[in-house]
Amino acid sequence: MTNEALQQTILSWFPDPEFLQPQFTEEGSQYLIVNVEAEQLHELMQLLKSNPETKFDYLFNLTGVDYGKELGVVYHLESTVHRHILVVKVQADDRENPIFDTVQDLWATANYHEREVYDFFGIKFRNHPNLKRLFLTEDWEGFPLRKDYVDETNMVVK
Amino acid sequence: MGTATLEPTSIKKGFKSEEYFINMGPQHPATHGVLRLLLTIDGEIIKKVDPDLGYIHRSIEKMCESNSYQQIVHLTDRLDYLSSHINNEAVCLCVENALELEVPERVKVIRTILGELTRIASHTLWWGVMGMDVGAFSSYFYGFRDREMINDIFEETCGARLTMNYNIPGGLMQDIHPNFVKRVKEFIPHFRSKLPEYDRLLTGNIIFQKRTKGVGVLSKEDAINFGASGPVARASGYSCDVRKYHPYSALDKINFTEALDTTGDSFARYKVRIAEMWESLAIIEQLIDNIPEGDHKVATNAVIKLPKGEFYQKVETARGEFGVYIISTGTKNPYRVKFRSPGLSNLSLLNHIAVGGKIGDLVATMATIDIVVPDIDR
Repeated sequence: MTNEALQQTILSWFPDPEFLQPQFTEEGSQYLIVNVEAEQLHELMQLLKSNPETKFDYLFNLTGVDYGKELGVVYHLESTVHRHILVVKVQADDRENPIFDTVQDLWATANYHEREVYDFFGIKFRNHPNLKRLFLTEDWEGFPLRKDYVDETNMVVK
Repeated sequence: MGTATLEPTSIKKGFKSEEYFINMGPQHPATHGVLRLLLTIDGEIIKKVDPDLGYIHRSIEKMCESNSYQQIVHLTDRLDYLSSHINNEAVCLCVENALELEVPERVKVIRTILGELTRIASHTLWWGVMGMDVGAFSSYFYGFRDREMINDIFEETCGARLTMNYNIPGGLMQDIHPNFVKRVKEFIPHFRSKLPEYDRLLTGNIIFQKRTKGVGVLSKEDAINFGASGPVARASGYSCDVRKYHPYSALDKINFTEALDTTGDSFARYKVRIAEMWESLAIIEQLIDNIPEGDHKVATNAVIKLPKGEFYQKVETARGEFGVYIISTGTKNPYRVKFRSPGLSNLSLLNHIAVGGKIGDLVATMATIDIVVPDIDR
């Protein structure tokens, strides 16, 4: 499916203009990006995976990003049937308690990747069955991949 | 035997059976590096496998944020060190695509040849270790004998045997060594004659087959669901070769068959890797006589600044799909770099396929998943 067709299909799932709409962009990226609000994330992901036209059954990358003010998660999806690729982005303004719905019920691979994001960015995932640190020890303070993280002993500042 | 019959249940009655935990690793030869598996077992039956990661985490993604794009390349071969050349290539391709830089055909062909040599080197090492994990020591020496020839080729051309750093954004560090073509052409018939030896020594061995057939079975649906890639996924009938679906460098001009199997057990994963070595030889053979003349690099600015935006590049390493995701704000350092490592996704399915088996089966399963721990602990 081409990017335009993908965009039309996804928009047709959210017909109510009063409700929040997913925002599309292709600027500065080789893939189509869809920005979605946190409350719509799980619904959109479910549709993307189950709809036979889109059939995004392969989550090949899940990245946590610190945008400075907001914290976000980027999902890279591919369909093994249609071989099209879509990037889904979600952001949270709340740096103290950022939380999104887990997608590990849709893609089992998200289990470890979400734990990694929690470990390094402190982003929580609602309904995750085993949300604990993946690499660092349980008593580690702070979230190292955040831009405002400071560790005077372990970090070499250039 | 006599008429007296033993009633197994009556013997069992007096004993209490309960689950307990044991540690496998972090210093265990079968975990291939510092990986700790917390096993919940009942007798010898595995109830749960819980990997404990992070023993050698170096936070390479964070380090990338304060390094230039040329420097990042040097960090990537410390990920999956057996696919170092292909990891370097991934970053270079990502930077080149972002800069819209067209590298010479010569560079593309050399990169592909070296990538396939890396794959063979990685698979021969895996094959040797695989045999050793299930108790066949000789395979280790056979595997290393052939890997040594490739390492010599790498040493001559790249100047290193493990961490190559031969790719740079814009091309190659220097041109290939005058002996390169000759050496590779010597290697191909040598390895063609040795690969059947691998089959005679291990593949047909009845003990080996009993240890691997029907062990650690992964279905195609689960392979996709767990984000498996590489030989692990292809052994379950899931066609996912990045070289086929998203060809890079010179791979779009190459004819090769993707190695596939449908059984999904450890033996299938083993067979897929053996088949991949044959295919890699075929790929190298198609290219080695046709290395185009030309420059080995195009000039880039001394300070590379990527345009604002985000860039993704996927490549097929010996272990599966490796991805580089760069977010750039237009400065000389990336804003965020994420490495999608095949190992982490492949490891995440270990619990799923090992439960219900015995500890010995877990060792065979882990050997065919072929994890490299620095790739998981990035």
